[in-house]
Amino acid sequence: MGKRSKVIEKEEVVVRFSGDSGDGMQLTGTLFSYTSAIFGNDISTFPDYPSEIRAPQGTISGVSGFQIHFGHSEVFTPGDYCDVLVAMNPAALKANAKWMKPGGTIILDVDSCDEKNLKKAGYETNDPIIEGKLGDYHIVKAPITTLTKESLKDMGLDNKSILRSKNMYALGLVYWLFDRPLTHTQDYIKKKFAKNPLVVEANLKVLDDGYNYGGIIQAMTPSYHIHPADIKKGKYRNLSGNVAVAWGFLAAAEKSKLKLFLGSYPITPATEILQELSARKDLGVKVFQAEDEIAGICTAIGASFTGNLAITTTSGPGLALKGEAIGLAIIAELPLVVVNVQRGGPSTGLPTKTEQSDLMQALYGRNGESPAIVIAASSPTNCFDYAFYAAKIAVEHMTPVILLTDGFLANGTQPWRLPNLEEWPDIEVPYADENDEDWHPYKRDAVKLARYWATPGTKGMNHRIGGLEKDEHTGAVSHDALNHQNMVELREEKIKRVAKFVPELEVIGEEDADILVVGWGGTFGHLYTAVDELDHEGHKFALAHFNYINPLPVNTYDVLKKYKKIVVCELNLGQFANYLLMNFPDLEYLRFNKVQGQPFTVVELKEHFKSLLEE
Amino acid sequence: MSEQCQLKYTDFKSDQSVKWCPGCGDHAVLNSVQKAMANLGYSKEEVAVISGIGCSSRFPYYMDTYGFHTIHGRGSAIASGVKVANPDLKVWQITGDGDALAIGGNHFIHTIRRNIDLNVILFNNQIYGLTKGQYSPTSKRGFISKTSPFGTVEAPFRPGELCIGARGQFFARCIDKDLKHSVKMMEEAAGHEGTSIVEVLQNCVIYNDKTHNAITDKAHSADRTIKLEHGEPMLYGKDQNKGLLLDGLNVKTVTIGENGVTLDDILVHDAHCEDITLHLKLADMEYPDYPVALGVIRSVKGPVYDQCVERQLEEVQEISKIKSFNDLIHSGDVWDVE
Ligand SMILES: Cc1ncc(C[n+]2csc(CCOP(=O)(O)OP(=O)(O)O)c2C)c(N)n1
Ligand code: SF4
Ligand SMILES: [Mg+2]
Repeated sequence: MGKRSKVIEKEEVVVRFSGDSGDGMQLTGTLFSYTSAIFGNDISTFPDYPSEIRAPQGTISGVSGFQIHFGHSEVFTPGDYCDVLVAMNPAALKANAKWMKPGGTIILDVDSCDEKNLKKAGYETNDPIIEGKLGDYHIVKAPITTLTKESLKDMGLDNKSILRSKNMYALGLVYWLFDRPLTHTQDYIKKKFAKNPLVVEANLKVLDDGYNYGGIIQAMTPSYHIHPADIKKGKYRNLSGNVAVAWGFLAAAEKSKLKLFLGSYPITPATEILQELSARKDLGVKVFQAEDEIAGICTAIGASFTGNLAITTTSGPGLALKGEAIGLAIIAELPLVVVNVQRGGPSTGLPTKTEQSDLMQALYGRNGESPAIVIAASSPTNCFDYAFYAAKIAVEHMTPVILLTDGFLANGTQPWRLPNLEEWPDIEVPYADENDEDWHPYKRDAVKLARYWATPGTKGMNHRIGGLEKDEHTGAVSHDALNHQNMVELREEKIKRVAKFVPELEVIGEEDADILVVGWGGTFGHLYTAVDELDHEGHKFALAHFNYINPLPVNTYDVLKKYKKIVVCELNLGQFANYLLMNFPDLEYLRFNKVQGQPFTVVELKEHFKSLLEE
Repeated sequence: MSEQCQLKYTDFKSDQSVKWCPGCGDHAVLNSVQKAMANLGYSKEEVAVISGIGCSSRFPYYMDTYGFHTIHGRGSAIASGVKVANPDLKVWQITGDGDALAIGGNHFIHTIRRNIDLNVILFNNQIYGLTKGQYSPTSKRGFISKTSPFGTVEAPFRPGELCIGARGQFFARCIDKDLKHSVKMMEEAAGHEGTSIVEVLQNCVIYNDKTHNAITDKAHSADRTIKLEHGEPMLYGKDQNKGLLLDGLNVKTVTIGENGVTLDDILVHDAHCEDITLHLKLADMEYPDYPVALGVIRSVKGPVYDQCVERQLEEVQEISKIKSFNDLIHSGDVWDVE
């Protein structure tokens, strides 16, 4: 290819593909992110799609988007604002124009801008560029529909199939824009449509023609140059948070030599974990798609009773249904992992959008004194790590663990360096000793207070457990007043002791910072990027991000008390701040909260943090 | 598993004292189950008894086997998890009419639909015993209880109809105090692969005494119940001279020798018939219009969920190239960073 007229050198770039929910934008975005990752960039992606399967065509509510952030150095978020927007129709333009970076590039399929579509998108004139005040951007008005038809006119395809290839034309053009090879996408097309050679040929041609179109219009269009990132050597693949959770459990099952059992009921945005594990029969996973969330957790508890590594997965409304059964696992002292992929609430709320508003539910949403371990993952790929550790802690401490992720982590992807399981810690299953003469079902280990696990089928250890209070010495049913007090305190203490087995809280950023930013769970990428950028700009901020929530890391108070100002940032109305206040009431907590179904933006965080310096 | 010398029924008794009210029908059912387990040659460690909440659900504490007393209504779901996770176990679920048919109704029908190999003993006393006497989903219309002081205004479930409606493959009915017959029903249920529902007509002496008396009481039971046996004519009555025959689409009670009816006219019970029509009619028969059917009303073979799960695992494992976690993560789109 010839020399490019105008090349913009960039450290990092954000691209957003958007179109009607039938336009294939999720696939287009995924293919682009793979190519970028294989090229050697660090990437982070996030899909944003409507909760209706086929929302009304051409309307803003039907816009489906896929955003990719890739760069020369590590990237921690899918990016707030885009450098490049691909808009396949006026609604996509209207919905996303406000997310453009100044001076960015917009590729618009002008063929889609007919009167009907403009009206559906809510434009009042026939020039969305002028009406939307987009004059300062590089606008590439590409007649993508016409060009796609032109490209395929001799192939003998029907009109519907031709129009379906539009996204490949756009993708080709974006590859030109970033000077990326087409090979990965070509391989994908060949494999995916292997049974239909005509479709393979058509898609390959459109992709190619889209790429070449870039060369034709290059005089007016800038292209971007981003070097590969400096990434640790190894084998990589792309991983979403939901698949990472599923794989974390597979790893834990292999390490502990326990059979894996999942009882679950489909719910957005957690369903993918259920689907992923349903496909893993080759690894011996038993998956029970139950009649509801209660049966989901109850089958898991049954499996745990028999000695399986048992998990249940859900989102907020499902967690509400599981409350009573979690209490059963707590009093019966059975290991169990409950995954809650949080979404906007209350009630059905915002099923496809992200939020962190189930923290209190996870901590306290049960009857009685029923402490549960609560852990939160903080990036799509570390969902793997925390699923593994959730399983390890549940089994080793013989009690339920609630693992919190969220819609943002679940659907987001990052390149993941393939782990070597041999380097991961063992999981020691506290089996009861068959030769122990004094064994009884509530006999427990003195350090962790975990009771020993005797599983049905083992000779000589038959016993009964259940939801009624148990005598602390024999495990028989007991209604004794003092015994109950002791047992309640014992279960509380058992959870507290887990703190000794989890890592201490680390602080990232400036040692002598004036302001400590505090976050937990899925907001890590945005908080880290904001703090990091501010520090590079000469400010002094530090970040303490929590993954272990109950119990808190042992050094939490010592860390927090060092700072003049603490600002707790979360996607709810202040649940973690309240929790910290309850635990450490002598400290003061500023709050920064957002409940819009969207992650924080780095821009809004930086602005807010800077405003705190002035106070 | 059960290679040791055969256990006596008393070996299945735990060291816990039984706390049901004196005279409660639950005592008899406990005996029947223990006798059946001894007859079946079970060992203690291969048995898991799972229950929900209710008087009847205290059952596992009295069994010297593995046991789990869980939460109200969820016994079927927990028992399903136990059986699917470890199909080698003999899993018995103990439940009440409230536990199984009110709060646990959803799990009850779905367990049956899946046909998981559980033996479900449903204690039907037509009352909530543990909460001291409120009407249940099997209480008759108009039944007076603490929460229906003027009589209920709702229709009851018939457990047999519900079971068969949920595509149940095994349904049997017995009376708590008829030990011999109950033991037989427990054994039949155990022998059936798939979900077996045994409805025990159980007396709650405290809150619903004599609720089944019209049919269970010694003086009348022979005339007001019919003990069905597969392959045998449907005869009942003290003199075994009454029977059932098909009149058009209806079952009709007749007396042999009257109106020209002979033994050859009487229906022969086919518990193994796939078609549910007659089984439904038999399960629905109520006194005084009909004798109440006891015995195994339906017992047909079909795919068993937990066995299918195992088979599918084996089949996939045989053909899949992925044998370990490491194989999995290296499959698909993987790239090298050098
Ligand atoms: C979630 C929940 N709701 C209500 C109860 C109260 N409760 C316990 S047992 C029971 C009814 C039991 O009736 P049944 O299942 O017929 O058993 P029975 O006592 O008659 O044997 C009820 C309502 C409970 N324990 N848990
Ligand atoms: S209340 Fe009724 S069902 Fe419960 S133990 Fe007493 S007699 Fe039996
Ligand atoms: Mg009852």
